[in-house]
Amino acid sequence: MADTWLVKINNVSKAFDDFKVLDDISVTIRKGENLVVFGQSGTGKSVLLKCIIGLLSPDIGEIFIKDKNVTKLNTKELNEVRKNIGFLFQSAALYDSMTVRENLEFPLRKHTTMTQKELDEKVFNTLELVSLENAIDKMPSELSGGMRKRVGLARSIITDPELMLYDEPTTGLDPITTKEISDLIISLQRKLNMTSIVVTHDLICAKIIADRAIFLRNGKIAFEGQIDDLTKSTDPFLINFFSDEIIKQ
Amino acid sequence: MRIPRQKYFHRPNLTQTFVAFFTTISGITVFNYEFFKQVFLPPYEFAQIKKHMDELGVKTLPIVSITGFIIGLVLAMQSYPVLQRFGATDFLPNTVALSVVRELGPVITALIFAGRVSSGIGAELGSMRVTEQIDAMEVSAINPFKYLVVTRVIATTMILPILTIYVIILAMFGGFLAVIITENMSFEYYKNAVVGAVQFGDFIPGVAKTFVFGYIVGIVGAFKGYTADGGTAGVGRASTTSVVLDSLLILIFDMILVKVTLVLWPTLG
Repeated sequence: MADTWLVKINNVSKAFDDFKVLDDISVTIRKGENLVVFGQSGTGKSVLLKCIIGLLSPDIGEIFIKDKNVTKLNTKELNEVRKNIGFLFQSAALYDSMTVRENLEFPLRKHTTMTQKELDEKVFNTLELVSLENAIDKMPSELSGGMRKRVGLARSIITDPELMLYDEPTTGLDPITTKEISDLIISLQRKLNMTSIVVTHDLICAKIIADRAIFLRNGKIAFEGQIDDLTKSTDPFLINFFSDEIIKQ
Repeated sequence: MRIPRQKYFHRPNLTQTFVAFFTTISGITVFNYEFFKQVFLPPYEFAQIKKHMDELGVKTLPIVSITGFIIGLVLAMQSYPVLQRFGATDFLPNTVALSVVRELGPVITALIFAGRVSSGIGAELGSMRVTEQIDAMEVSAINPFKYLVVTRVIATTMILPILTIYVIILAMFGGFLAVIITENMSFEYYKNAVVGAVQFGDFIPGVAKTFVFGYIVGIVGAFKGYTADGGTAGVGRASTTSVVLDSLLILIFDMILVKVTLVLWPTLG
């Protein structure tokens, strides 16, 4: 079984004080699949990602990555699992006291015994994948929003992860840059054969990336299926949700 | 590790103030426990410790230099008329030396250091927290507590005693300048009087307590920054509250350590 799926989320619930953000969520992500998670702001999309990576613990339920139940692991075991996961934050979360080169080198220095020459080569090649090799010695403050996202993406994939988690990868970007980032995500996914979970409410991005989509509403999965079925749904809430996005297209 | 975090209330009522106070106490306790648990475990991050010691030392050097010099100068100027009343102006170097070595040097350096460094650590880590850089480190399987907190706390603990010795020496020069203005005293006499007045038992407890003050400055600044929330306003709060808490703790621990010193070395009294 473990060779057909990579992530299995079983009956996960999470509440903050009295507010239930996730309510009995169950979903399975197959190896090599791109799952897009839709939903309004505050419906627990980012919380779901943070539970998968172990930044938050669910109140109830289990999350398996391969055969490891991340909700039951200690920090050391969790870190072993995390070495195979990349996470792109909404804000890119670049270390602002380091250059682009140092940002990318940082995880490699901590987890590998690569020589400086090997590091240089790996950093350059990864930046080439996101077309930012010219920004190698820039500070994050010198980069535009789209460039920061791309550097964040490069830093996430530099350790060759099996699973990529994207938290709103195109939020705050113009439609052209949104398409560029989405194309980049899909081309990297194909090149590196990764599995991806993408949290977004951007239909352009979702249409390019998604193999399958789920829609979260009031902490529950309100829809699960193909992206086209989601946009053509007759549910008044979904029609209303996607109307603005469809107009934009 | 889950560190209890204090919730921010704009105008807290009595219960919220009470809860916030005990949340801070429990948070700092957990934070200290985590520090001592991790400080002896590899990786030791020596390069980061050295980098922080360099930065913090260099950052604080100009302000403590001026402060140290002025403390000695003013203390001598203030003490002179008092000692003159008793015909004891020959004891001016002794008065300056003992006051600076035993109390003023360590405490004032620690307070200046807290204002300069703790707010900086609080703001830096607070900003890293609210921009998810600490989370980014954690998801990259890197221990942010070890890399960001332990290294900074070791650096502040090690650098403050060095700065204090430097301040004491500068204060002595400041005192000498005041003495030669008011009293016709040779440098040789002043130096011999200072060296004769300050004994090993005066110097060691005075400097030793700065290790504790340095630790307080590092751990409080790091705690406030590491647990910051509420966006940029939270960063500002982390920065200012760390200085307030530091100053309070430095004075409380100074009182405790003076008492401990007098119990351990009764001859100093």
